[in-house]
Amino acid sequence: MTPSDLLSILPLLVLVVWACALLLVDLWLKRKGVTAFLAALGLALTAGLALAQAGEETTAFGGMVALDGFASFLNVLFPLSGLLGIAVAYGYLKRMNIERGEYYSLLLFSTAGMMLMAHAADLVVVFLALEFLSLPLYVLAAFARPRLDSEEAGLKYFLLGAFASAFVIYGIALIYGATGTTSLSGIVAAIEAGSLGTSGLLLTIGAALFLVGFGFKVAAVPFHMWTPDVYHGAPTPVTAFMAVGAKAAGFAALLRVFVTAFPALDADLTPVVWVLAALTMFVGNVVAIAQTNIKRMLAYSSIAHAGYILMAFVAFGNPATRADAVASALFYLVTYALTSYGAWAAVIALEKQDPSAGSGQAASGLEINDFAGLGRRRPALAAAMTVFMLSLTGMPPTLGLVGKFYLFRTVIEAGQVWLAVIGVLTSLISAYYYLRVVVVMYMREGAPETTREPWLDFTWAVSALATVILSFLPMALFAWASAAGVMGF
Amino acid sequence: MLLEYAAIAAFILVAVLVGAIAIILGALFGPRKKTEAKMMPYESGMNPIGPGARRMPVRFYLIAVLFILFDIEIVFFLPWAIVFRQLGLFGLIEMAIFIAILLVGYFYAWKKGALEWE
Repeated sequence: MTPSDLLSILPLLVLVVWACALLLVDLWLKRKGVTAFLAALGLALTAGLALAQAGEETTAFGGMVALDGFASFLNVLFPLSGLLGIAVAYGYLKRMNIERGEYYSLLLFSTAGMMLMAHAADLVVVFLALEFLSLPLYVLAAFARPRLDSEEAGLKYFLLGAFASAFVIYGIALIYGATGTTSLSGIVAAIEAGSLGTSGLLLTIGAALFLVGFGFKVAAVPFHMWTPDVYHGAPTPVTAFMAVGAKAAGFAALLRVFVTAFPALDADLTPVVWVLAALTMFVGNVVAIAQTNIKRMLAYSSIAHAGYILMAFVAFGNPATRADAVASALFYLVTYALTSYGAWAAVIALEKQDPSAGSGQAASGLEINDFAGLGRRRPALAAAMTVFMLSLTGMPPTLGLVGKFYLFRTVIEAGQVWLAVIGVLTSLISAYYYLRVVVVMYMREGAPETTREPWLDFTWAVSALATVILSFLPMALFAWASAAGVMGF
Repeated sequence: MLLEYAAIAAFILVAVLVGAIAIILGALFGPRKKTEAKMMPYESGMNPIGPGARRMPVRFYLIAVLFILFDIEIVFFLPWAIVFRQLGLFGLIEMAIFIAILLVGYFYAWKKGALEWE
């Protein structure tokens, strides 16, 4: 280990030390607003340091950690999503009587895990990062204890997460058995040497198990069953953070591992990913129609969006379109992060404690019908929510359209026209339930009680503005995502 | 390649067979006399006090978690102590970082009152 090794993961190290210090400092802080501020400061510092690393391309710790455009891009994205996670949570935690300083340190730890995932160039580090980002999330999902649905969400997420980790580690073990190494460069070398023989089958099975494990993490059908319950039960800011951060980290691992190490398994795994993507888009969008609860609807929508990103992933083995696949997936992750944070912030603005239950026992205001009359009561919030719903559908003038455009272009470039057709058709299906929210907001009478909190209002306002404004300069953003290529070995 | 695993398969088969045979033979030919002493839960030869599935204070859970904290510490300490000289200063710094991280958890638990029993 050399000092340059440490320097290449400096943002991550700073964040981990910051989180440890925050955990201790918070014990003596009476006002949790100070904790929130310190946590935000740490995340901003981390994002700045990560931004300063842009353009570097190197490996560290004997090839276990990679610093490339891909890692720097995500290492800016993750702390920023953590910042939004703090912005939407600050008022909410107070209002729901669950203001505990641990929220902020756990969020910082989880963000650090996601950043490690973006760096991982060795399957062991991938697994370490997976656990590092998941364990704080299990606790965060149960953060609203003693609310029963929150505790249920925590336990469910933990059990299924552990189950998924078992798939991942078994896959890694088989890959190691086939190639004799866990480093991505070693796996590439072993495949290129062509001496795998019958172990080739073992490698394919290992890669497939790896895909299954991360299928759980990114909530791809048929591994999505935990998502609605966990997203519904977890405190809403945690759900927002989970839907954006954990999904992006899962895709980060999938993208890097499959694009660098497994292009040779293309013939076997492309049909599998194809079916996964098609199923995920179809089931996610169709089941979302039947939901009456906005949190469950957005949970199914997040499943559907995992399907869209998986679509880009089908091209992982095709060297001609590989760069575009990574870029359009990253672009879509940014799009989804902005839009979904905004939508969750709007949900938080309407959520309140159920007065009929004991304190902290249940939340209400989460039915889609509770949005009735929002257009009259809070015109700006309703307009922002309309933008998010349009963006999730993929309609102009929003970033969602641009993101989908690049995804579909990549898919067609890769020759998977039918998958693109399925993607467009399921987007049409999704218009039904997204636009229903808009209809309810503007065309039904109602008197929704909303909360005005500066940081919450800031989040949905900024997300809405960014979703619209960035859609007019997509080339610049896409160029940035294109520059964030995955390093070859 | 796969043949190399045949020995393991045979090993698994024999292990299952030995267990199954012992249970089946015992069930077929063994006498079944249920005395009170035989039906008692096994508690290392002592007469059991109260029912086996008693409720116990949830505080033991915290004790167990803290036990893991220090148990892991020992698991890493022992091998480190053995190769301490070879690792030199690098090992010392590495261990200091490890202990510092553990201490964060320890102080957190302490300040939160996890070590108090009331």
